[in-house]
Amino acid sequence: MKEQLQMIADEAMAKMEEVQDIKSLEEIRVLFLGKKGKLTGILKGMGTLSAQERPIIGQMANDVRNRLEDAIQKTRSRLAKKEREERMARETIDVTMPGTVIPRGKKHPLTLVLDEIKEVFIGMGYEIAEGPEVELDYYNFEALNIPKNHPARDEQDTFYINDKVVLRTQTSSVQVRVMEKKKPPIKIICPGRVYRSDAVDATHSPVFSQVEGLVVDKGITMGDLIGTLQVFAKSLFGENTNIRLRPHHFPFTEPSAEVDVSCWSCGGKGCRICRNEGWIEILGSGMVHPKVLQNCGIDPKVYSGFAFGLGVERTAMGRFNIDDLRLLYENDIRFLKQF
Amino acid sequence: MMKAPISWLKDFVDIKIDLKDYAHALTLSGSKVEAIEDLGESIEKVVVGKILSMEQHPDADKLRIAQVDVGNEILQVVTGAPNVNTGDLIPLALPGAKLPGGTIKVSKLRGVESYGMMCSIEELNLTKDYLPDAPDDGVYVFHNNPAVGSDVKETLGLEPVVDFEITSNRPDCFSMIGLARETAVTLKEQFRKPEIVVKEEGNGKASDYVSVEINNPDLCSRYAARVVTNVKIEPSPAWMQRRLAAAGMRPINNIVDITNYVMLEMGQPMHAFDLKCVQGGRIIVRTATENETITTLDGQERQLNPSMLVISDENRAVAIAGVMGGENSEVTDSTDILLLESANFDSKSVRLTGKKVGIRSEASSRFEKGLDVENVIPAINRAAQLIEELGAGNVVPGIVDCNPVKAKPVKLQLDAGFINRLLGTYIDTEWMLDLFEKLEFSVDRKTMMLTAPTFRPDIQGEADLAEEVARFYDYNNIPATLLQGRASTMGRKTVGQRMEELIHQQMLSSGLYETYTYSFTSPKVFDKLCLPPDHILRNTVNITNPLGEDFSIMRTTTIPEMLEVIRTNYSRKVEEGRFFEISYVYLPIEGELLPDEKKTLTIGLYGNADFYLMKGIIEQLLEQMNIHDIDFSPVADHPAFHPGKTAKLTIAGVTVGYLGEVHPEVAENFDCPLNTFIAVLDIQPMIDNADMTREYKALPRYPAVSRDIAMLIRNDILVKEIEGVIRQRGGKILEGVRLFDVYRGDQVPAGMKSVAYTLTFRSADRTLVDEEVNKVMEKILEGLKTNLGATLRE
Repeated sequence: MKEQLQMIADEAMAKMEEVQDIKSLEEIRVLFLGKKGKLTGILKGMGTLSAQERPIIGQMANDVRNRLEDAIQKTRSRLAKKEREERMARETIDVTMPGTVIPRGKKHPLTLVLDEIKEVFIGMGYEIAEGPEVELDYYNFEALNIPKNHPARDEQDTFYINDKVVLRTQTSSVQVRVMEKKKPPIKIICPGRVYRSDAVDATHSPVFSQVEGLVVDKGITMGDLIGTLQVFAKSLFGENTNIRLRPHHFPFTEPSAEVDVSCWSCGGKGCRICRNEGWIEILGSGMVHPKVLQNCGIDPKVYSGFAFGLGVERTAMGRFNIDDLRLLYENDIRFLKQF
Repeated sequence: MMKAPISWLKDFVDIKIDLKDYAHALTLSGSKVEAIEDLGESIEKVVVGKILSMEQHPDADKLRIAQVDVGNEILQVVTGAPNVNTGDLIPLALPGAKLPGGTIKVSKLRGVESYGMMCSIEELNLTKDYLPDAPDDGVYVFHNNPAVGSDVKETLGLEPVVDFEITSNRPDCFSMIGLARETAVTLKEQFRKPEIVVKEEGNGKASDYVSVEINNPDLCSRYAARVVTNVKIEPSPAWMQRRLAAAGMRPINNIVDITNYVMLEMGQPMHAFDLKCVQGGRIIVRTATENETITTLDGQERQLNPSMLVISDENRAVAIAGVMGGENSEVTDSTDILLLESANFDSKSVRLTGKKVGIRSEASSRFEKGLDVENVIPAINRAAQLIEELGAGNVVPGIVDCNPVKAKPVKLQLDAGFINRLLGTYIDTEWMLDLFEKLEFSVDRKTMMLTAPTFRPDIQGEADLAEEVARFYDYNNIPATLLQGRASTMGRKTVGQRMEELIHQQMLSSGLYETYTYSFTSPKVFDKLCLPPDHILRNTVNITNPLGEDFSIMRTTTIPEMLEVIRTNYSRKVEEGRFFEISYVYLPIEGELLPDEKKTLTIGLYGNADFYLMKGIIEQLLEQMNIHDIDFSPVADHPAFHPGKTAKLTIAGVTVGYLGEVHPEVAENFDCPLNTFIAVLDIQPMIDNADMTREYKALPRYPAVSRDIAMLIRNDILVKEIEGVIRQRGGKILEGVRLFDVYRGDQVPAGMKSVAYTLTFRSADRTLVDEEVNKVMEKILEGLKTNLGATLRE
């Protein structure tokens, strides 16, 4: 019986050397270790052995079983690995083929710029205020220190609905609405569409977007305006950006300033984009005119404030090097895809 | 815009620095320099030459050979110009000369050497406005006898001209004097006021010749007249013509040029009448009568009305006050006695009159801004002085000065503390006082009372004083600060703003590109949308002065603009497009001044799109916004949509909008492809019903059981109805209803369809047993049979 066991073991081990796939390995297992397998057959014949021999043969049979099981396990891993490798070799793909795209749309360049502006000011504690585009003459002009018959009201600039209603020419109208309702401290930006009677060309549009900012509280200074605009300009145009203020005239601010930023293209040395000036005008600003505060029921002796406004189209055109404003309202998808 | 020849400014102030630095300094003190045009910039080595002789070129019919004296030598020059002759003085570009067109070299023309080129004004980069005596064609010939050999830049006064942008609040800067004053304060130089002396050598006195009455002192606060006799009309001297031309005005004759010269120099518009044509020698400043007309200097007949101020003689209007003179009293070559007008007219009146008659002259554009009453007399005296200096006539002694409304100087107390607090500076009071003195305020240092000069209408309050201080201190020297604890507020977006952002993001995630379109449109779009004549969307907010019909109404629907976007892309052979826009429509409200501005989400799809793609995009948006109580119902009530492929979206019973295929006729009207889909949705009800609260529900602990059912049902029954029955009958344990097949065709009787669902059942507290599920399935099938006439398919 000993010899028999040894023969079975040798035979099984030899078969395992040759086996090529897991299915054949399983057949080998059944052949030797299955219910009707060769080893099982031997063990069934144990009954014929003497009590003395039985534990010795039993021990031996168990050793053989363990050896075989162990060998089958190892062979199985070897074969599995081999099969996996063969499968993977078959599965190899061309990774240089194009990827599968989940299509996603894109924001309009004006929204990109607006979002950036909003982010900067929200970070500085501003809220976003909105107001009507079809606006009362009072909010667009009168309250902003632009009385009846003021040249700024000319029909050549303003679209009229009737003598009391206009399409707002500036988002400053929202300032007035906010100041009427809210007591200082006020810190808002007002983004929105505005309208001017300009014929459509590469740099003009009768519809465009503005962002207006307003801060009103006790002790607000022109230095605060300058500091705020510096932060803003650096956030929008880069850390090395400088600003320059020039005196100007707006009816609703005094002192008033136009604000230039150092050219984003040449950094101020002078180039085609800044028309060799090194500076590009981006916004108008100033200290809120005492009459405007008064018109909104805020005492100019107690409070002061600053306001600024910039054109989003111009900023976007500068940022993205767009040379024709009409592209922004034409919505050619080949244009929209570039942002 | 104000063009200032540099020599003219230098009459009143020294400018010792480089012009680039000058431009920078003035820009930063408030007089923005737009450009410096140097008329002589590109001209070098061009001198006055005298033609000593002329002879025909031996080998060319059109060329002649001239000997030209250029002062230190005589040069042989070949020319093709037919207009020059022996004795003429001409601009000669010497060998090596630089011209805008290039450098001049010694050359051979048909075998004859030429040492230079005679120049036309074009070759010198000049226009006839600047040199009115230039021939239309050919070489320029000097008429004012300049020295032979002198540099033409000097002879022609070619000099830099500074182009200033002047803001409307500074009428004083629309003059050389005003700009010189700003220059002096900015550069810390002395401002030299012009010395005006009039000899008054005419006979009698002005009041012997003219009387002045002002009927409307509210519209004319001052009218001054001088009389000039023995007038000799002739061209003004070259220096004056050149200055006028450099400043952008066309020289005409000595008298008109003098009035223009004074206007440019002093900022006070002037007018000269032929006194013989002023009937009765009376000047009456009055409003026009109904149906009165006047032919203005430009030859146009103008209709007047009582809102307009005119200058009239005894019988008729002779000028539209402050706007333009009349032809009937124009100065002509035969004028020998004239009346000079220097007056102050109301700014609004001039502006509105100019607008109504359609004239904006140099004079009216100045009056519109509000001029200084006190400048009237210096200006008329300056004109008289120039008339005397130019020998244009004899100035009669005296001025007829009618001044019913006096200037009211503004007095303000200087509060240096206030100014420093507003600016955020620590500027010395003395510095401020000195500044205001230089700006010609009268300063009482004891009381700190400042009186603004009458030429500064912009100075009205303390903030205006602060601006004066700031601009000469230089805005950029104000220390930058960042609110320093003031105005502390929380920066955040409102719920609505965050929701809008979410909509934005969701649209991008669905592959849509954002568009921006105009908010106004043409009234014709409603016909293109096939809306009936009484459709509510035709009720619009209308612009009274639009840029054209296409931009004349505020849109009540965004569909036309979205179709326009699709048309643009489709016509450019873009195969498919998916777009969205968030913008407003403007709906008039009965009895209200302002319309309802409704924020609208518009979606447009074409190419590789169908109704269910559109619906899916919207369903996913609603899912992201966590909106419940949603209903999509088939509708055929919107004429712009396909009646069989359109749904109306309602949320909690409120109509939100439409989605569907564009009606084929509408698609055709807009040149869009047939498979174009549009959705227009109101944003507010979506925001109102968005639920941003989130709560965790325990994950299911017991397994689900699923059953498939397939039924035959009438074609016109909506799956929405089938699902309604399933859900109603399914009770608490019904977890999911998923439609997986709808089939019409061969195996299905006509008028019927086969619909198949997978239903899932689950209980939160136990494992469901078959009998339980079977019972519910029976109830469902029973419901489908009795309510909808469905028959179960095996």
